[in-house]
Amino acid sequence: MDKKTVEIRWHGRGGQGAKTACLLLADAAFASGKYVQGFPEYGPERMGAPITAYNRISDIPLREHSFIYDPDYVVVVDESLIHTVDVAKGLDPEGGIIINSEKSPEDLRKAIPDYKGRIYTIDARKLSEEYLGGYYPNTPMLAAAVKVTGVLEEGRFVEDMHDSFKHKFATKPQVIERNMECLKRSLEEVKGEDR
Amino acid sequence: MSRRERLSGNEAVAYAMKQIDPDVFAAFPITPSTEIPQYFANYVANGEVGTEYVTVESEHSSMSTCMGASAAGARAITATSSCGLAFMYEVLYVVASARLPVTLAVVNRTLSGPININNDHSDSMGARDTGWIQIYSENNQEAYDNYLQAMRISEHKDVRLPIMICQDGFITSHAVENIILEDDDAVKEFVGEYCPEHALIGRDAPLAVGPYDTQPFCMEHKVMLAEAMKNAKKQILEVADDFKKKFGREYGLFEEYRMEDADVALILIGSTAGTAKVAVDRLRDEGIKAGLIKLRVFRPFPAQELAESLKNIKAVAVMDKSEGFSSQGGPLFCEVRSACYDMPTRPLMINVVYGLAGRDVAAADVERVYRHLLKICDTGDAGETYLHMGQRSSRKEVL
Repeated sequence: MDKKTVEIRWHGRGGQGAKTACLLLADAAFASGKYVQGFPEYGPERMGAPITAYNRISDIPLREHSFIYDPDYVVVVDESLIHTVDVAKGLDPEGGIIINSEKSPEDLRKAIPDYKGRIYTIDARKLSEEYLGGYYPNTPMLAAAVKVTGVLEEGRFVEDMHDSFKHKFATKPQVIERNMECLKRSLEEVKGEDR
Repeated sequence: MSRRERLSGNEAVAYAMKQIDPDVFAAFPITPSTEIPQYFANYVANGEVGTEYVTVESEHSSMSTCMGASAAGARAITATSSCGLAFMYEVLYVVASARLPVTLAVVNRTLSGPININNDHSDSMGARDTGWIQIYSENNQEAYDNYLQAMRISEHKDVRLPIMICQDGFITSHAVENIILEDDDAVKEFVGEYCPEHALIGRDAPLAVGPYDTQPFCMEHKVMLAEAMKNAKKQILEVADDFKKKFGREYGLFEEYRMEDADVALILIGSTAGTAKVAVDRLRDEGIKAGLIKLRVFRPFPAQELAESLKNIKAVAVMDKSEGFSSQGGPLFCEVRSACYDMPTRPLMINVVYGLAGRDVAAADVERVYRHLLKICDTGDAGETYLHMGQRSSRKEVL
């Protein structure tokens, strides 16, 4: 893998929007001039079944068309997956894992004892319920991914997402501002560890 | 002015179709090509194309609709995958023998069974001998560019054959990647209008299409089709040349990657080529002289050109993304080995069947094949020539 490329693996459950968040990250990275890939791993998807999605983000053209086995970062959209899927498999100890949880990173370390890198959490349920009136974790998780990976400049990311939401929610413009507020607040709500 | 975008492979092909604005689209959905008629239906509903969008009840009917429309003198297109292509099988031959330049976007998916929705090339490889031109794509950009070139190849008077533009299901069809899109006007100017010499409507001369052909003539007509396939090679290269002049991107019958001084080489088709280029670069950094041939055109098969490209290679792995069940290796292997038969000195050659039914292929897997070829070079013995990659088995035929 070219070291100028950041590789991110998403773990979620069917219907939670992990694929959408992955594609939105590709959109935002494209808008800031990067070369991008965003692709889910397809199979017989059902609501609630574990799914995986991938991003490659780079300053140079991307050529590889394989899944990502040694990611720089992992985003876990559903906390229960850390007990059933080896979410940290191949994960770079210099990178990090972001988990949707109300718990602290220290609490979650027990569940993934083999991973020696950084653990981050964000309470995407609380944030989405507060701003969006329901459990839609993908906007907070997208913000957390941008915050932790540092692949995009935050100010530019927020501007680009405004355009992206305007496009995505063209038929229900009332939800655009709430998503933007949720996005901005989420950037401030990512918890890391004191190390 | 061209513009930068990010699109999935399916969106890219649908966008090319919109820009070309064909006369007839016969639509029937099947995973993973379903998005193509879906996007196109939006263009129709929004009035962005003037196409007659015909929703039919099966792929046999979608190809039959294309045949009827094309015989009438229309530019007719459709899209399909896997069992959908298999269900068109009868009509594929009829369209080709009637010399109708229908364009088919194939989003490659394995054929059942066992039932599976993921990618390999068994669907279009099954249709390789139907008289259709076949062009394959590495990524969304190539799927778009190949589609823009398709009609000028297939509609040319020396060719007049239907054409499949293939890309890998999910791997490129559902992956969002950067792409350069060309202007509508530039695309329309490049592709041009379709003006058939013979058509059922709009011409004075009466015409029958697809009647019974008797023994004194039927063989002649089949040989004429075979001749047309030979002519297609020249037209493919001429269109690629024009494409490069107009849009700057270069295409040929196949792409050679770091082949100049290579000792060992892989030949493969489709999206794995990008992954293999990464592997080649790593091996080159170690001083290993690795090269890659990515086949773009499978029908007509560029036999002489490939033989020329392979003449100084010591060992070659032909990579088949379909299992031919021949007991002798996959279809690409048979073609490449046959192409090399007349060479005064031939490279050692093995077949690696890989990536069946969506089995993922990483750069490390490709590197393993190159290292196997280096061993073959050392011993001078190709050993077992019919191998499978990454399969769970302890048999020696597994790489």
